[in-house]
This record gives sequence, C-alpha cells and structure tokens, in this order.
Amino acid sequence: MKKKSVSSSLSRRQFLKGFGSGVAGSVALNKIASALPLQKTLEKAANDANRTPLNLSVNGKTYRLSVEPNRTLAEVIREDLQLTGTKVVCNHGECGACTVLLDGEAVYSCHILALDAEGKSVTTIEGLLGGEELHPLQKAFVKKDGIQCGFCTPGQIMAAQALLLKNPRPAKEDVLEGMSGNLCRCGAYPKIIESVLEAAKTD
Amino acid sequence: MRYFDYIQPENIKQASESAGRDWRKALLYAGGTDLLGLIKNEVESPAALINLKAIPGLNGIEYSEREGLTIGALVKLSQLSAHEVVREKYSVLEQALKETASPQLRNMGTIGGNLCQRPRCWYFRGDFHCLRKGGDICYAVDGENKYHCVIGGGPCFIVHPSDPAVALLTLDAGVTIASAKGTKRVALKDFFVLPEDDIYRENILQPGEIVTHIHVPPVSEKTVSGYIKFRERGAWDFAVVSVAATLRINGDTIIDGKAAFGGVAPKPWQEEKINQKLKGLSVKPGNFESLSAEVLKEAEPLNQNAFKLPLVRNLLKRLLVQLTAS
Repeated sequence: MKKKSVSSSLSRRQFLKGFGSGVAGSVALNKIASALPLQKTLEKAANDANRTPLNLSVNGKTYRLSVEPNRTLAEVIREDLQLTGTKVVCNHGECGACTVLLDGEAVYSCHILALDAEGKSVTTIEGLLGGEELHPLQKAFVKKDGIQCGFCTPGQIMAAQALLLKNPRPAKEDVLEGMSGNLCRCGAYPKIIESVLEAAKTD
Repeated sequence: MRYFDYIQPENIKQASESAGRDWRKALLYAGGTDLLGLIKNEVESPAALINLKAIPGLNGIEYSEREGLTIGALVKLSQLSAHEVVREKYSVLEQALKETASPQLRNMGTIGGNLCQRPRCWYFRGDFHCLRKGGDICYAVDGENKYHCVIGGGPCFIVHPSDPAVALLTLDAGVTIASAKGTKRVALKDFFVLPEDDIYRENILQPGEIVTHIHVPPVSEKTVSGYIKFRERGAWDFAVVSVAATLRINGDTIIDGKAAFGGVAPKPWQEEKINQKLKGLSVKPGNFESLSAEVLKEAEPLNQNAFKLPLVRNLLKRLLVQLTAS
C-alpha cells in the first residue's frame, strides 16, 4: 500500500474505513471512505422510491429521515446518523452488541425495524456521555477493567444502564440476569459483572 | 433483508383484509423477534409486513375475579411477567415468561407472537428445502435430531419452541381469534396442530386471522403452579425440555391438576391420562414416581433424543415434589 499523509482532522473511524479499503484495492484513502459498493448503490437507487418518512428521536435530538421499511434501527443509527458506537455483530438479535434503549428499555437495535422507533425515544451509547465526561457506568468499566477487545462493550453498557434504571441497587444475581442477553467472546464476564456492581455502588 | 412494504392498518378489520390477500404474501408483524429472523434467513420473503402495533386495544392486561386474566396479544413478555396479578396468582406463567429468551427479547417480543412463533428446527431455519417449506423430505429423520420431538411427530419432527404456551395449557387458557368476518374463541389446546394435520403451520390460524387476546381463567386460593425449563446454556436458550404444572391442593390431596410438556412434541404437549391421574392423588413421593413413569409412554424417540424421556419424567417428579412441599 502507498503511504499517504492523513490529515489530522480525519476521525479515527474515517481513517479505519479508508485503511480497510486501501489494503484491498489501494484506492485513494479519502475517496473510498464515502463510496458505496456498486451493489449497494443499485439497491439504494431502487429503494429510493419506496422510502417512508420517519421522525426518529435519538439521544434527545429529533431527526427527520426517510427510510426504506426493511432497514433496521441499528442500520439507520449507524449509517444515516453516523452514531457508530452501536455495534452490529450477529445481526440476528442474539448477541446484544447492538443494544440500545427504547423508551428506557433495552432492545436489540439490529432486530427491530427503524420504522418501529417512530414516536419513541432512543438512547445509544453516545447519549450516555455528558460532553467529554464519561458516564458512571463507563467509568466503572474502566476502573474494573470490564473490557478486553471492547467490541461488545457499548451493548454491555446499554444493557447495564437499562438494568440500573429499573433496579438501581441490584444484587449480583440481578446483574447476571440483567446482563444475560449480551455475549462477550473474550469472556470478560466476571469483570463486566464487577463493573456493573461498581457502577451501582457509585451511581 | 429484502425489500418489503410496511402496512399500517388502523384496526383489526384492515389488518385482516391485508393479511387475507395471501397472493401478496403479507405477513403479520408485531414484536418481530421471530419474523425478522425468518426474513433474514430467507425462510420467509414477504412482499409486505402488516404492523399490528398501531392497532388500539391489543396492549392491555385486565383482571377480574370472574373472568380471570385477559391479555392483549401485543403485550410484551416483560410487561406480562411484571404484572402484579400474574406474579401473585399465576406463578407458572410468570416463571415461563422469565425463562423465555433474553431481557432484550422479552422487551421486544409479544405474548401473541410468542404463541405463533415458528419452530427452531435447524433444517427449517437453515438452507434446507424441508417438508415444512414445501420440500419432500424431513432432514431430521436421518440427520442431527438431538433437539427434535419424541412424540407426535411425523412426517415432520419439530418441537414447538414456546415456554408460555406450555404454562398456559395447564391454566386452561384460551385465545380470541379475529378476522374481517368476526371473532371466535378457541381453547389453547385446540389452537396448535400436529404435522400430520397440517405440515405447513403450527396452529389453526388461516390467512387473515389474528390472535387478539389470551384468556386465563381465575384460579382458586388453593392453587399452586410452577415451571421447570431444562436448557443447555445457563444464560438463555430455548428449552431442551420443559415441564409445567398447575395443581389445586387440599391438605394431602391434589384435588385436580394439569401438567404440560415443552420440547417433546410439535405442539405444547398434554396427556389426558396424566391429568386424570393427578385428580385425587395423595401427596407422596412414591405416587409422583409412578405417575411420572407413565408420562410419554407412547414416545418414539429419534436416534439422538431418547435422553428426553427420563429428563421429562424426572423434571415432572421434581416439580410435583416442589409444588406440594409446603
């Protein structure tokens, strides 16, 4: 791959996007970042006529969108709103990485349609931050090392947030049950449970 | 997922009319936890989804001492298990609901959808043109059939995946089915069908028919009930087998009772003979032992699933001992 200077204003995500494509095709970094694969472009064009208006409230902000009915909430959050903290792993409503809050309750955003969120309030991992200040749950995950590779962490934290909203002082059994819908393939479970209990203590 | 239209009917009549036009392959859509999986796996490729969530009147839980519980089909599993009356009077249902899926899925999935979900058979869900999908072979017969049925099977060998359905059977529950033509009420035990009666569906619903309510009769003060689910993963999973029982007890005697079994048959399973024997049975471990030995007497296990028989019998015994202990 050719060496390219990367402008310092480029975000980590844009950089990674370009880097991934560069390895495969060695095309200019900044251009590939916004280009869609041909198949996707064609599908998009075909679907443009079939869009439905959607007022989506995410992290307190309302977005006026127009989406195809077959797009999931996770896809719209990540692709249209660029809120990429929400991760899609199994895309089958099984692993929990895509967990967001819908009217305060944990749901798998990969397994509901974006249109189903009309009139409801969505909270993603980005919504937990207070400016640059980490949320107490995030602090607890850092303090207790509830992370290995980190990919499942946004989903873990959102599941924990839903649990603590309902039950601010959970026993360990409640945490095990409340977090049972989230997989961690690094197997960091003991530390994740400790982190949630720590947050419950300090919150 | 492939493209589909999203239809928003305002009432049951409109929803029923849309769903009745089966040439469009319009499918009813509520929580979506099962249907979106089927679409992603291309088991279903609907032209349209009919969103039931905006239809009023399907979201409530009502209770009266005369009628018992009336549950709207769109009530979420987590909403139902948290309901005061369910927790107080219908332990078997509360336990089955809490054992279903994961916290997230229970916040998404509806009770009506849970009763109407499709089987989890890996040949049905996978890339196999099996009997249930219009093919001419059940791959489970000579294939991997550890989780398939031991009774009521043939020519297809699925098990019904619902936990609440097993609990609701022991409570003599019923469902209201509505269509553009009107409504009817059906006992839950008559709602499910075996493959020998209809290989393509797991219940009696015809295109255009919609489950709108679930009815659970009142229970007396002396009723005890419970649910035991055996699963391979500690966190969450479908039942390998499960056992539910609802008993009315007076002193040392079971006045009457019902047991039901999940994970053993293509529908939530009951045995009339067992329920008859529960009637008047005195509370003794020896009695539970001999009663449990009678369960699934007609079973014909496949190559890999005979283990389910002792498992179900022992779980029934354990449940009866637990329920009659205090």
